[in-house]
Amino acid sequence: MSVVEANLEHDVHAHDEHEHHEELNFWRKYIFSEDHKVIAKQYMITGIFWAIIGAAMSVVFRIQLGFPGADISWMKPFLGKWITETGALDPNFYLALVTMHGTIMVFFVLTAGLSGTFSNFLIPLQVGARDMASGFLNMLSFWFFFVSSVLMFVSIFLETGPAAGGWVVYPPLSALPQAHMGSEMGMTLWLLSMAIFIMSSLLGSLNYVTTIINLRTRGMTFTRLPLTIWAFMITAILGIISFPVLLSAALLLIFDRHFGTSFYLSEIYINGEALPNVGGSPILFQHLFWFLGHPEVYIVLLPALGITSEIIATNSRKPIFGYRAMIASLMAIAFLAFIVWAHHMFVTGMNPFLGSIFMFLTLIIAVPSAVKAFNYITTLWRGNIVFTPAMLFSIGLVSLFVSGGLTGIILGNSALDIQLHDTYFVVAHFHIVMGAASAFGFFAGIYHWYPKMFGRMMNSTLGQLHFWLTFAGVYLVFFPMHYIGIAGFPRRYYQFTSFDFGKSFTDLNMFVSIAAIFTFFAQFVFLWNFFYSMFKGKVAPMNPWKSTTLEWTTPVNVGHGNWVGEIPAVYRWPYDYSKPGSDVDFIPQNVPHSQTPESNFPHENEYIAQEKEIEAQNYNDQFQVH
Amino acid sequence: MAEVEKIRIEEAPETLAMDPKKFILWGFIVTIIMLFASQTSAYLVRRAEGNWVEFQIPQIFWYSTVVLVISSVAMHWAYLAAKKDNFNTLKIAISITFVLGMAFLVMQFLGWKDLVAQNVYFVGNPSGSFFYVFTLLHGIHLITGLMVLCVTFISSMRLKVHAKNLRRIEICTTYWHFLDILWIYLFVFLLYFR
Repeated sequence: MSVVEANLEHDVHAHDEHEHHEELNFWRKYIFSEDHKVIAKQYMITGIFWAIIGAAMSVVFRIQLGFPGADISWMKPFLGKWITETGALDPNFYLALVTMHGTIMVFFVLTAGLSGTFSNFLIPLQVGARDMASGFLNMLSFWFFFVSSVLMFVSIFLETGPAAGGWVVYPPLSALPQAHMGSEMGMTLWLLSMAIFIMSSLLGSLNYVTTIINLRTRGMTFTRLPLTIWAFMITAILGIISFPVLLSAALLLIFDRHFGTSFYLSEIYINGEALPNVGGSPILFQHLFWFLGHPEVYIVLLPALGITSEIIATNSRKPIFGYRAMIASLMAIAFLAFIVWAHHMFVTGMNPFLGSIFMFLTLIIAVPSAVKAFNYITTLWRGNIVFTPAMLFSIGLVSLFVSGGLTGIILGNSALDIQLHDTYFVVAHFHIVMGAASAFGFFAGIYHWYPKMFGRMMNSTLGQLHFWLTFAGVYLVFFPMHYIGIAGFPRRYYQFTSFDFGKSFTDLNMFVSIAAIFTFFAQFVFLWNFFYSMFKGKVAPMNPWKSTTLEWTTPVNVGHGNWVGEIPAVYRWPYDYSKPGSDVDFIPQNVPHSQTPESNFPHENEYIAQEKEIEAQNYNDQFQVH
Repeated sequence: MAEVEKIRIEEAPETLAMDPKKFILWGFIVTIIMLFASQTSAYLVRRAEGNWVEFQIPQIFWYSTVVLVISSVAMHWAYLAAKKDNFNTLKIAISITFVLGMAFLVMQFLGWKDLVAQNVYFVGNPSGSFFYVFTLLHGIHLITGLMVLCVTFISSMRLKVHAKNLRRIEICTTYWHFLDILWIYLFVFLLYFR
């Protein structure tokens, strides 16, 4: 007992008033870093790398769709034997390309890239914490993601090609190695990579939620959290609940593939020979998969919506319209996300009555989504809008969210789905509402927080050019695609020239492909701007966008621990822009009401009494050893 | 020096009282619950489709369940000992928990052997496959529980677990009780929906 007490005394004295000072070596500082800002950048760079690969893949298969059988032998240095003797794209590799494009974009770019970058970067900075709840688990999360990335990347170069059964990997196609060359080693690596990816995602999400709930600074109540943080928290909760289910589905698939069980397989004949598997159900996989798959859509979209809320309020110089309604609609969308999965399965032979229930639930999502869209528009209404590149991309996101959401109402109908299922209409719908919208959120976030990440500004003119090219490009690609879908073109087909009906849409397909290639090359404007500004950009001021949230109270080059000295306390909500009576057009969250008597509303004068209470609270400072 | 335990001295109240590490544990428990919830619902969906072979669950799974429950009691004993700074009792109780946990795993393995003797194999009708998958997944999680026990044992050897620093033993206790309850859920589920 006395030994323990002595130990305690020793510890207390040794670390009194002691802060982190020791210089970390290169490896600890930049590679195996536990600093949330470095981890965020690692996620961002990996995400951008994957985005380039994923987008380049789409260009290759768009060439095939727009110009069937075109001679692309000039791609031989990249694609090698996947170019046939006539110079056309190998059909097997076409299937692999669409599969990998989907997997990469959904999971590696828009889940890990988007959430990984902005949740990591913004959560501690905006809630007022020194770092994530567990820096070690955070580091582990990135390195799991890295290992899973490496596995997926390696699978692209296999002799038999990467997984080719679509990003949804439905069995039996994915469960039987003899089904397709992509179902051999490529599928094995896909499953392994995804299993590791899920662990990475779970570690990340646990950290985000814990940090938001437990490490907020003094005075940062839930109703004073910026909407970004609300969106990241709800996204993380969605991930925690849905990713284990995907792991479940993947595990049973692994058992079927490698150990011969029959969870998903039953009565299958190959070349007239019956397989031994009896009693499985491929529909079971679809249920498990879409129980993740649908929330996954919102895991991708909600962070982008959170980023947009923040940027639109800042650059309209107006408080966000309906702060609580924004939170409530996020929660409503998240809740509904779990009870609509079967709308992906209307044509699996499910009971039509069950179908109409899922249709009803699906269409309800339009309500909270419309609340969000209206709130964005009413925030913009009569604001002093500043058209920074981030703002343009945010407004672009709202546009995409509305036009893509409308087609969702059409697709949610179980009767219309019979015609539209698995056509290009679906492809157009989800690319606009989830793919392009989230990518716009990603761009908006990078343009907006770049000054805080790298201490330099990105070139605004190039940013605006990038926006207009991308915005026009996205609509040129995906708007015509709706018509191709209504005409009944199924997705994932190598070419349509063998069918008579396919010939009438050759021009439109060609148009879409040209637009896609154009949009792809427009992204190089961004890449150049991104990397050039990192070294040669104008040095950023502390608060370039005159924003109210806590991250702009940190120094230009943020060190480990984020704030020099004390963490600021928070006294007000994050949207005090253009407040009547105030002579400045924004009041940061860390300015107490006692300092702004001219602009306080009557009920806010009552908060002055609480300021002492807030200041008396503990710092909640992880780095402080008591 | 990060390993040096931070000692919270009573001052002003924290913004929120929950310990972040314990919070992460609860989040982790939620992910495990979701994993098994999806497994058991897959089981029910598949079972409803018919072509379902019923078999007798071997006796030994009853005994292993009892062993696991006793290990939970021992775990709780360890926690109480830590609270009272009874270091010897603490070490003994953790060791007992660990040994019983190992015994549980061995018994699960013997249970598999009994299943094989009944001609219920991993590869075959999904009713049997699911049984193996549930026990296997639970076993893997129990192994992580054993690792946590080891870490707690080592830190109690180094006198890092005591009445003023209960975080580690609390995390360990919560996790171990959870694994116990999880098994009881799975076992009852498997008995009921044969």
